[in-house]
Amino acid sequence: MRKLISSLALAAAAFTSPAFAEDIAITGGRAFTNGGSGEVENATILVSDGKITSVTSGGSVPDGYRVIDASGKWVTAGFMAADTTLGLSEVALSGGIVDSSAPREKNVIGISVVPAYNPASAFIANTRIEGVTRAMTRMTNTGDMWLGLGAIVKMSDDDAIAAEKAFLAIDLDEGAATEVGGSRAILWHKLNEKFDAAKTKMDKAAESDDDDNKKKDAKKPSAEDAAMNAVLSGDMPIYAIVNRKADIEQLIAFKNRFGVNVILGGAGEAWMLADALAAAGIPVVLDPSANLPGNFDVLGRTSAAAGRLHAAGVKVAFIPPGTPNARLVVQNAGIAVSMGMPWEAAMDALTVNPAEIFGLADSYGKLADGMDADIVVWDGDPIEVMSSPDAVLIAGDEYPLVSRQTKLRDRYKDLDRSPAFDR
Amino acid sequence: MTMTMLSARGHRPRAAGWLKRAATTVAASALLAACTPSDTEQGEFVDINRDPFPSSYTPLPSSATLITGATVLDGKGGMIEGGSVLMEGGKVVAVGTDISAPDGATVIDAAGRWVTPGIIDVHSHLGVYPSPGVQSHSDGNEVGDPVTADAWAEHALWPQDPGFIRAAAGGITSLQLLPGSANLVGGRSVTIKNVPGRVAQDMKFPGAPYGMKMACGENPKRVYGDGSRGGDFRPHTRMGNVAGYRQAWADAQDYQRQWDKYERDYAAGKDVLPPKRDLNLDTLAGVLRGDILVHMHCYRADDMGQMLDVMKEFNYQITSFQHATESYKIADKLAENNVCSAMWADWYGFKMEAYDGIRENIPFVHKAGACAIVHSDSASGIQRLNQEAAKALADGRKAGVDISKAEAWIWLSQNPAKSLGIDAMTGTLEAGKDADVVLWSGDPFSVYSKADLTFVDGAVIFDRANPDSNPVMDFELGQPAEGDVK
Repeated sequence: MRKLISSLALAAAAFTSPAFAEDIAITGGRAFTNGGSGEVENATILVSDGKITSVTSGGSVPDGYRVIDASGKWVTAGFMAADTTLGLSEVALSGGIVDSSAPREKNVIGISVVPAYNPASAFIANTRIEGVTRAMTRMTNTGDMWLGLGAIVKMSDDDAIAAEKAFLAIDLDEGAATEVGGSRAILWHKLNEKFDAAKTKMDKAAESDDDDNKKKDAKKPSAEDAAMNAVLSGDMPIYAIVNRKADIEQLIAFKNRFGVNVILGGAGEAWMLADALAAAGIPVVLDPSANLPGNFDVLGRTSAAAGRLHAAGVKVAFIPPGTPNARLVVQNAGIAVSMGMPWEAAMDALTVNPAEIFGLADSYGKLADGMDADIVVWDGDPIEVMSSPDAVLIAGDEYPLVSRQTKLRDRYKDLDRSPAFDR
Repeated sequence: MTMTMLSARGHRPRAAGWLKRAATTVAASALLAACTPSDTEQGEFVDINRDPFPSSYTPLPSSATLITGATVLDGKGGMIEGGSVLMEGGKVVAVGTDISAPDGATVIDAAGRWVTPGIIDVHSHLGVYPSPGVQSHSDGNEVGDPVTADAWAEHALWPQDPGFIRAAAGGITSLQLLPGSANLVGGRSVTIKNVPGRVAQDMKFPGAPYGMKMACGENPKRVYGDGSRGGDFRPHTRMGNVAGYRQAWADAQDYQRQWDKYERDYAAGKDVLPPKRDLNLDTLAGVLRGDILVHMHCYRADDMGQMLDVMKEFNYQITSFQHATESYKIADKLAENNVCSAMWADWYGFKMEAYDGIRENIPFVHKAGACAIVHSDSASGIQRLNQEAAKALADGRKAGVDISKAEAWIWLSQNPAKSLGIDAMTGTLEAGKDADVVLWSGDPFSVYSKADLTFVDGAVIFDRANPDSNPVMDFELGQPAEGDVK
């Protein structure tokens, strides 16, 4: 259960409407308002009704605002982990059901992960207290290549869904090829076949729509048709998990053929096609720590990839090293910097880039008027491994820096006979 | 009497004659001859060669190198600003502030940079679970039986694993390669210098004792309890785990008694045959003799608590608990029992026994006066153990544990060296030690710092400024991005 800071906020917890959220001013800090740029010294950031209402240098604080003093500290938008199973999995190995995995189901094109989402997962609080306030979450495996409709979530206790059906996830890698018969030849054929059929169906429906509006109104499209239509009409991107250079070339051809919006995830050898990806307008979501030839799809992997893609004009966001440690997406940003990515670009990749890639740029990613108040006050350079947050706000609510882990820490700080009594 | 041959640490380099005998070669020593009554016709004494796969490691060529003007962490808790380190003949010759370069030495101005002992990772599966991680390369868990002390990691060590080079770029100079944790007893580990070779023996750390991998908890009971290996296999529970360890030790005691009796009888002049070699019990008996060090995969505090008593019951020493995500709950007991904990900074949550991992585990173990080690168990993590130490240090400080960076480096080099039994040779920057040294581009507790130069025995094994000089493993030749920076 959330322990909010003030009695006013406690009242807000009872009434979950943002209208009751606390008015907060964060003052005196060095703010980066637009990813790694838009630096504001001695920033006054005002938060009301869960939104940022003003960002000024040295601005005054209106009456009634609780002040968080960020003097000498760094202030950024909350970071985003761009590919996780947060809220869909708890203990992944032998620990009960894992909702991100549906190995016996196929063709889940129209299925949203949101009904399975659990904001009470212990990993959520562990993630947010390290300054990561948003995450992309999705299914990771099914009986074929289709991984359903993923979501963007806030690391909050309630109102957690920032975007349902944010993308259609498709596995176009070795594992999916194994599931669909054992060959990439079949995998790519099936992908194109599915999109051909959906396009034909959508075009026919549009024709009949012209002929007979009543008939169309009477028949609601299936979840699958609705998802495919959204993708084909450009309203929903696909998140395609692909690593090998040759497969990424297939993906670019696929995008050009159907004119859909594509996000490239995994992307082990994407840097080899950086210019082509930039030209095709395909953003890349990758794990900068991955630099080993773990299989024959990723022989060319290097931690220099993020910097190379950025230099070519590709928009980049970061995958963390696993879901329990989704918070380490920040360390991953540091790894990218240490291998050549500019610091500013890595900051973008933690904030404004994933916001744009996943369609949230209107509400999240910047410290600016009207944006959701996901704000983190850091005790130093946020990307440094020895830095950590001193304050975390998600949609205007300040969360205490408490999690199951910090409670264990506090219980065992001084060892005694029966710590279970230490409550 | 105790026979010197059996009690000797035969795995350490000895006279050439000792090393080159086949496993069951017959030999008589002067000592035995002196003890043997002259009127008894005896067969020759059968001794076991404890080093049948001797190290063929040789240091790479090196020249004298003086690093000057650096912030030096000596690996035993000390820091020198504006410090110098002189390496010559593969050894550290001097560490201090006022050291002059010998004639012909390479002098490196390291102003603004840091120098540390090379990082030693006590928990790696490089070579035994190499990249690419295809089924054909899965050589780390001999799951046929719950106790496979006869399986040796070095026999699966593929020296062409590209992970070794990535680790060198992360400042790794020595590492222990362990069997996996599927078994109650997984087998022998091998400690290596991080210098590529053509065969596994080329990489073996000369004089390093063997380790033996054991595992607590979920993994053995899952592997043998799921029925896939037949219903007769135990364990299925933690009860079965402990029963399995105890029976294995009881069998090892029995085996050792048979050998002891053979030695006594032979010494008494009897014409006796030795017991039949049992490769499984050879290793377990080696632990009971104190020749082989136990490194035990355990997560939960209560599992570790059980093993401390098994250890006392059978009179052996657990050198380290590996992973040890709950060491913070029993850090005082670990200090009392002189058991190291090899830990991650923050890896947790992926299975039930890792669910209670906390970010302050390492500093809390340190605070209790127990031996704390940062380990990786990961081909990725091994590349950034300095960052793992940095995170643990920062989290410890925030929880009120006052630790300096110089002290924290002990987790990366001296304590690992102690737990591998190689601390007389490496792990600190002291005159006479192996010149296993890293020159960092800046403070190694920063995510932005990289190893500029990694030295093993005074020779450069990784040079960030000269990518073309860095090794490329056979597997990566002719493949995409051959020789790229990684």
